[in-house]
Amino acid sequence: MKAFTYERVKTPAEAAASARDKSGAKFIAGGTNLLDLMKLEIETPIHLIDVNGLGLDQIVATDEGGLRIGALVRNTDLAADERVRRDYGVLSRALLAGASGQLRNQATTAGNLLQRTRCPYFYDTNQPCNKRLPGSGCAALEGFSRQHAVVGGSEACIATHPGDMPVAMRLLDAVVETISADGKARKIPLADFYRAPGKTPHIETVLTPGELITAVTLPPPVGGQHIYRKVRDRASYAFALVSVAAIVQPDGSGRVALGGVAHKPWRVEQADAQLPQGAQAVYDALFADAHPTPENAFKLTLAKRTLASVLTEARAVV
Amino acid sequence: MSNQGEYPEDGQSHDFSLSRRDLIKVSAAAAATAAVYPCGALAEGEPAVTPPPEILPLTLRVNGKSQQLEVDTRTTLLDALRENLQLTGTKKGCDHGQCGACTVLVDGRRINACLTLAVMHQDAEITTIEGLGTPDNLHPMQAAFIKHDGFQCGYCTSGQICSSVAVLKEIEAGIPSHVTLDLVSPPPMNADEIRERMSGNICRCGAYANILDAIEDAAGELKS
Repeated sequence: MKAFTYERVKTPAEAAASARDKSGAKFIAGGTNLLDLMKLEIETPIHLIDVNGLGLDQIVATDEGGLRIGALVRNTDLAADERVRRDYGVLSRALLAGASGQLRNQATTAGNLLQRTRCPYFYDTNQPCNKRLPGSGCAALEGFSRQHAVVGGSEACIATHPGDMPVAMRLLDAVVETISADGKARKIPLADFYRAPGKTPHIETVLTPGELITAVTLPPPVGGQHIYRKVRDRASYAFALVSVAAIVQPDGSGRVALGGVAHKPWRVEQADAQLPQGAQAVYDALFADAHPTPENAFKLTLAKRTLASVLTEARAVV
Repeated sequence: MSNQGEYPEDGQSHDFSLSRRDLIKVSAAAAATAAVYPCGALAEGEPAVTPPPEILPLTLRVNGKSQQLEVDTRTTLLDALRENLQLTGTKKGCDHGQCGACTVLVDGRRINACLTLAVMHQDAEITTIEGLGTPDNLHPMQAAFIKHDGFQCGYCTSGQICSSVAVLKEIEAGIPSHVTLDLVSPPPMNADEIRERMSGNICRCGAYANILDAIEDAAGELKS
């Protein structure tokens, strides 16, 4: 691991200002992804700003009837929150499907949104990777691409976002709240938060330099049947090949978002509208622009079957 | 005698297409390219230069005892426990949060000690396997692992035991898991729940059946 200087900060504004003023700085909260990458020298910050003392660890009801989840709320605490379990079951389910008990105790809400891809070529510093070293090329395109994106990728990058929690949050129309170094706060719908890889896959979100996530808000509960189905190589503690988050209403309408298939949680408005028509129609709308590799084309079949299974389960209960 | 660049079989020196000097040049060029694109850094501007190592004072409460340390900022909690405090019961397996051998309790919660920095835990209460019980006064979970032969080589065992002690508390606290059928009722204490919750602790010997027996036994013991 490369050497770095370390500071603890007391306020979000102080954290953002420190990040702006110090080139090569990074925030650290749970650290479960950042330290892994620092050990491999994929991330080489020269300064770490420990944000754990910012007190952003509360979940409070909003005036609108939703929830405001502090950026530092640990995955375990968010999944176990009574209101989340009762009103946003898909979020609890997605969190509990991810990582291990130890990691969920440490990992934070904001950190989970910002976790990096697990593409093996991103992790292997001997390989070209446009995300790790812009302009060096993409080894995954003609390499082992079984885990990679089938939709939304580019000729520069076909890495997936590995998270489960963000898939549920995208389904719930979550909004990311941030503060910038100049003290300005802004709200970014999660739908607009992740950038398409295009020619710059190393720039993953719309966050500006030094901008700090302070909270994620959920709109009021929408009811319905909440399901998170994760398909993976083993029954626990593995990243998704395909995951389906769904909320289905008694009348058959609803919404779906998929994980494991793109650089971000994959949700398409037209697909939601197709829910009453069944899995094939939803699938067609979700994957109209799919570009699988020979190695990961199976994910399309898997996504279609998982959608069908989830919709069948939702109808059986409703 | 150096065997670099030579095959002992034929005693002939072979010309490698890439000499060590060339390799260093190539690596330096790659490093320079990296500096041109400071990908992932928060601030724009001058390329970041790695600073000299920073040593900071730190106070940890480990197994009920206050400990003063001086650590390089890069020191993980795992290395602080093993190298600075000589508490070698906590094991380093993968060092990347994948195996669970380094599981310890921090303020009562289990975490991977390898994926957290020591300096992030100023004044935290840390419990390692050494703090759970002693050879003369075993924690019920330690006793259950011995009774049920819940290990073979033993390398993952301290992590398994710390993790399982926390698992029982998590179930008791009503924290649901991936296999909990009903999210709004308290989760049951059963084999499926324990298996799922222990998935972050890998045992290469495959002693899982006996580990499960031990945890179920201890769960009953601790309850009564």
